[in-house]
Amino acid sequence: MTEPTDTGKDIGNDIGATSRRRFLRRGGVLVGGAVIAGGFAASETVVASESGDNLPPNVPEWMKTPGDPMGSQPYGTPSPFEKGVVKNIEKDLPQYLSASGRTPLQDLDGIITPNGLFYERHHAGVPAIDPAQHRLMLHGLVDRPLIFTMDDLRRFPSESHIYFLECSGNPAYKKPYGKTASDLVGLVSCAEWTGVSLKLVLQEAGLQAGAKWVVAEGADAAALTRSVPIEKCLDDAMLVYSQNGERLRPQQGYPLRLLLPGFEGNMSVKWLRRLRVATEPTYSREETSKYTDLMPDGTAREFTFYMEAKSIITRPSGGQRLSAPGFHEISGIAWSGHGKVSRVEVSVDDGKNWQEAQLQEPVLTRALTRFRLPWHWDGQPAVIQSRAIDETGYVQPTLAELLAVRGENYYYHNNAIWPWRIAADGEVTNENA
Amino acid sequence: MRMRRSCILILAVVMLACVTTAQAQGRYGIGRPATSAEIAGWNIDIDRYGHNLPPGSGSVSHGREVFDQQCAACHGARGEGGIGEQLVGGQGTLAMPKPVQTVGSYWPYAPTLFDYIRRAMPQNAPESLSNDDVYAVSAYILSLNGLLSADAILDARTLSEVKMPNRKMFVDDPRPDVKNPACMAHC
Repeated sequence: MTEPTDTGKDIGNDIGATSRRRFLRRGGVLVGGAVIAGGFAASETVVASESGDNLPPNVPEWMKTPGDPMGSQPYGTPSPFEKGVVKNIEKDLPQYLSASGRTPLQDLDGIITPNGLFYERHHAGVPAIDPAQHRLMLHGLVDRPLIFTMDDLRRFPSESHIYFLECSGNPAYKKPYGKTASDLVGLVSCAEWTGVSLKLVLQEAGLQAGAKWVVAEGADAAALTRSVPIEKCLDDAMLVYSQNGERLRPQQGYPLRLLLPGFEGNMSVKWLRRLRVATEPTYSREETSKYTDLMPDGTAREFTFYMEAKSIITRPSGGQRLSAPGFHEISGIAWSGHGKVSRVEVSVDDGKNWQEAQLQEPVLTRALTRFRLPWHWDGQPAVIQSRAIDETGYVQPTLAELLAVRGENYYYHNNAIWPWRIAADGEVTNENA
Repeated sequence: MRMRRSCILILAVVMLACVTTAQAQGRYGIGRPATSAEIAGWNIDIDRYGHNLPPGSGSVSHGREVFDQQCAACHGARGEGGIGEQLVGGQGTLAMPKPVQTVGSYWPYAPTLFDYIRRAMPQNAPESLSNDDVYAVSAYILSLNGLLSADAILDARTLSEVKMPNRKMFVDDPRPDVKNPACMAHC
């Protein structure tokens, strides 16, 4: 076996051996003496128990014959040993046309979500759009109503930015909360987006007095419609045609989507076909009866755009198992719709004490930020958790703090801290479940 | 000298014309004008006041026929829900532990019903109903919610006049609304 990532399918079988081999490779520079001693002791146990035709001292079979020739995969796919790393799609939903599929956060490293694993949410399935027959119409309070082809849009000056995108309902406030990091907050992903600044395109048409909102409509069978404040449209909003270097996938809005950094995901309208500049929001079904937040007193918050600061430990996390006491890096992701993550704090003693985690550069505005904390697990039951603080000073709250203000009928924008319980046998579970 | 002055004048006029053309085309000159017919064909947005509602009308009784054929399979015979959402009932439940959010109990504006049904329903064939049928089925759903009489006929004017009971219950976003004191030690 090569050095696999600790994917779901490996958990409980190979994760221990892998972690230990990895530790051996890097251990000397990582941490203090006590941990290194523990690590070597563990690795000797593994070596003693390992045997196989492909393991030392034998030469592995894949070195004895040439591999697949060039061209055997015109579009590369992951190793078959990674086949368990797929979108987390709920089973037995009543229907799958208006549904979502989650990113397997606990199986990924870094901050960029591979395009095939980017979370999905659609409201009437994924349309198959011929880009040659796709048009963007821009009308309403503009001097020059315009129609653009995809070629037209690609002629504008382009720009690329790394931004996260998060579904507003990630997760709900009511139990059950799910077992894994993906179950909990797998409706967040992050990519490098390429397209044209919406501001440029709006200026091309010329905004008129009274232009306060832009109503965006998708070319899917839901003709999904959301209203966006003009301030956002003239700030960092983009019309995107590429994601992580290649054209958008159909699930992400091919051939064109709106992208509103930091705003709830459904507003970044996919399969974008129309922008109407207006004085008022359109008060579509999505922005009145759906993406509104019901308070305990029966009032509902509307136009709740921003996704507030949030983080989660992805390793170790629910569904995984620590193989043995000793060194384990705690790693996770943090993000904020209001800008950069300025700090992430981690507690390994059930919230009694907190320490600052290392942030992996680059720390980007409205992008996922990877954090890490070296940790020596003593083999005793433990509760680990993280909280993000963004550049506005806002601190990610606990679930109890959120529920005290918003109640359980509030559905969206749950940015609670999610603690993981680690049992004496190393099994990791959701502390709140 | 006079000749030179004329040249300058002509040059100025030409430059002005160029500037005007550039403005007419936009900065990059990308895209083509959208005709009013093209816009009318695509712009199906209905706002909360009912602006842009099309001509046509539909009765509650005809709406029941349309609903039975097009909607009941998912939303239940009388809008009680199934694979599709519950459309009827729930008034008075929004502050309760299990709120029932329906057209009648939650939706703030009646014209949105026309907008949404026309653009997105029935799910297997959106934009297939005639405007009259959309008015009719809107009338039926409002009537099931007790917001329209059983003999009502809905059109652009009457739909815009329907007052939804939950209309005044929406508030602006007050976040940040939760404060974590960020205790660091001995918490």
